[in-house]
Amino acid sequence: MLTEFHDALKDPAAYGKRLKEESGRKVVGYFCSYTPEEMIYAAGAHPFRLFGTGDGIHLADAHFQSYCCSLVRGALEGALAGRFDFLDGVVFPHTCDSIQRLSDVWRVNMHGHFHLDVVLPVKLNTESAKTYMTDVLEKFRSDLEIKLGASISEDDLKKAVRTFNDIRGSLKRLYELKSENPGVVSGADLYAVVKASMIMDRDRVVRVLPGVIRELEKRRGTGEGEEGKRLVLAGGICNHPDVYRVIEEAGGVVVWDDLCTGSRYFEGLMEGSGSAIADLAGHYLARPVCPAKHSGLYSRAERLVEIVKEKRAAGVVFFFLKFCDPHAFDYPYLKKALDEAGIPSMVLEVEDRLPSEVQLMTRFETFVHMI
Amino acid sequence: MPQVLLYLLAKVKKLILHLKKQKKMKEIMTVYYMEAKSAGVGGRKVAWITSGGPVEPLIAMDVIPVYPENHGAMIGASKMGVGLCETAESMGYSPDLCSYARSDIACATVNGGPIGGLPRPDMLVCCNNICGTVLKWYEVQARYFDVPLFILDTPFCHVGFAEEAKRYVRKQLDEYINFLEKVCRKKMDHDRMKEVGKLSLEGQRLWQAVLDTTANRPAPMSAFDAFYHLALIVTLRGTPVVVEYYAQLLAKMKDRVVKGIGAVPNEKYRLLWDNIPIWPRTRWLSQKFAAHDACLVADTYTSAWCGTMKYIDENNFFDSMAEAYTRIYLNIGVDEMSRIVVGMVDKYQVDGIVMHSNRSCKPYSLGQYDIQRIVEKERGIPSLMIEADMVDERSFSESQVATRIDAFMEVIKQRKS
Ligand code: SF4
Ligand code: SF4
Repeated sequence: MLTEFHDALKDPAAYGKRLKEESGRKVVGYFCSYTPEEMIYAAGAHPFRLFGTGDGIHLADAHFQSYCCSLVRGALEGALAGRFDFLDGVVFPHTCDSIQRLSDVWRVNMHGHFHLDVVLPVKLNTESAKTYMTDVLEKFRSDLEIKLGASISEDDLKKAVRTFNDIRGSLKRLYELKSENPGVVSGADLYAVVKASMIMDRDRVVRVLPGVIRELEKRRGTGEGEEGKRLVLAGGICNHPDVYRVIEEAGGVVVWDDLCTGSRYFEGLMEGSGSAIADLAGHYLARPVCPAKHSGLYSRAERLVEIVKEKRAAGVVFFFLKFCDPHAFDYPYLKKALDEAGIPSMVLEVEDRLPSEVQLMTRFETFVHMI
Repeated sequence: MPQVLLYLLAKVKKLILHLKKQKKMKEIMTVYYMEAKSAGVGGRKVAWITSGGPVEPLIAMDVIPVYPENHGAMIGASKMGVGLCETAESMGYSPDLCSYARSDIACATVNGGPIGGLPRPDMLVCCNNICGTVLKWYEVQARYFDVPLFILDTPFCHVGFAEEAKRYVRKQLDEYINFLEKVCRKKMDHDRMKEVGKLSLEGQRLWQAVLDTTANRPAPMSAFDAFYHLALIVTLRGTPVVVEYYAQLLAKMKDRVVKGIGAVPNEKYRLLWDNIPIWPRTRWLSQKFAAHDACLVADTYTSAWCGTMKYIDENNFFDSMAEAYTRIYLNIGVDEMSRIVVGMVDKYQVDGIVMHSNRSCKPYSLGQYDIQRIVEKERGIPSLMIEADMVDERSFSESQVATRIDAFMEVIKQRKS
């Protein structure tokens, strides 16, 4: 049942190419969970999230120093190697300093597809930021209309809002099922579903996810046996499904996360406020904030502690990409908040690839035994 | 004999000139920091503000602006960076983070550094036109000091300044004033603001004029001198003291131009510096280049504080701040940055570029390789990339850098001969 998701992830570019050929739709690549992918979908094109490669980065070395995170270097590598040539356009939302420069370097070096920046507000909790967010979305809408030669009607947008609400709602339901009965699905499988949902045809995703939910519901109560220590994975983007397996083998189980390839993506459904743009703006302003954006001084720590309590987790595993400034800045204060709440945590920093499996296993085992 | 005497006399005069200059700057900065440290006594408020932030409203409100980044530079120059960075690391901050931020965050908790820490802020003003780092850094300090934080969000200008961004920033300027009025519990005097705006622009013009003098051969001052004289345009922009200081400096530089006195005694090669200085090594670098008869005549860094004058409306300073503060050097795309660098290459007639690939500063350094390539292609001049850090000396390898500078200067010399 989950092979479809795993297949899409095995070679995302091949998936994207095939989808483009078969559907005749334009494919628009994008970065980060802050790109309003709904707009791309509403324009009749396919939103295709770009992750880049973790290792084998050579071509990008001519453009980015070694102290740039592997997500940015890996993404540029993919582009320079021609792996994204099938894309009709690429969208860069404004998040961190590194993505900001990735957009510049991409614009200067890559041709053959359109290039759009969505310069979102950095501060999200004021009235003027809200107005600006709405303006930016309107601008994105007209930019896309021009680039794609399409028109985006209110109805198109409303349908997009519904579709993405359904997808996000389903992903959240899957997380809940996993959290309630960790045995129903492995961490790596769940990871594959979430990540593939950002790559695959959304009309397909929205149709198959309910089936996945039903299947997991059926499995409830069956997968008996010893349950691992309940953990929350927190950090940026996770490009390493192996982490889940090693954690499980070390006697832990990830029951929730605070990742941009996880709960920060699907939390915060769009409300039916009357205008679809207002719904979208509301979502991107109110969804769990990423550290490159500002929405109060304590919101991220409060949310993390709340997740741990609500999901009855025993500890937190911080997962960071090396050279990722926004996450590195928040770490000490998040750790302090956890310490104060009596929640143990450990941190794993990854450069391009994971540390050796033995090393990783030892670290997780030590942590799991300690808590 | 008389020649030797004349030479010695010139040397002494130069030394005196140098000392006088130094003293004045030191005096101003000492008075400034003393005032800031005793602000509470006089009932004045202290605001910490980012180096790219609009300081003029603070001056107009009689608030004392304090610059953690300037402090970071002082820490670096006094070689206290490594210790403080290590302290920050023991607090959980990654060694890969900006070393200004690391040293400042550490310094706040131990009151260390060259001036025993900065005066406690009553408020924080963070403008993200330079980087996303300052947002995180000021969040840290807002939690630590538990004081109000104002964020001026200046949308990045990849290819231009969008209308909606302009409206957003303009609106926030009003919010900024409201914020100040609330914290200071008094109204903004808009006439005063106008005056401050005039002084700010005047200071910027003079600073640009000072920098312009290095287009002469020999350059009367070098980028290393500019790094030193920069402090005032950063910290006290909008006050009369800046205008006075730079007017004097300009007169001195013009005098040197007339007399043909160069910063480097035997200037043969002219270079352009890119990125923030390597503060603990400025003297070493300056001597290293001078030994090759090379003068770093200009840089992309010190001109950042007068680089957006074209957007300032003299008669409506306040409104035009929106554009002037959003379109600064670090808040624009690398293609536009390259155009500016090419412009400087022409203006200062340089023979090569020295680029500091600064681990600390991603918005300044990421994209540098492309700028290097574009400029090399358009102007056909060689460039040198030095991997280092502006404060944290652990990222500096003297022997390696020395070898690379020697090799680079060989290339320059061969091309010129
Ligand atoms: S948020 Fe972090 S991981 Fe993501 S692109 Fe920026 S620096 Fe890289
Ligand atoms: S990251 Fe760069 S621009 Fe930002 S505070 Fe550090 S040195 Fe300054």
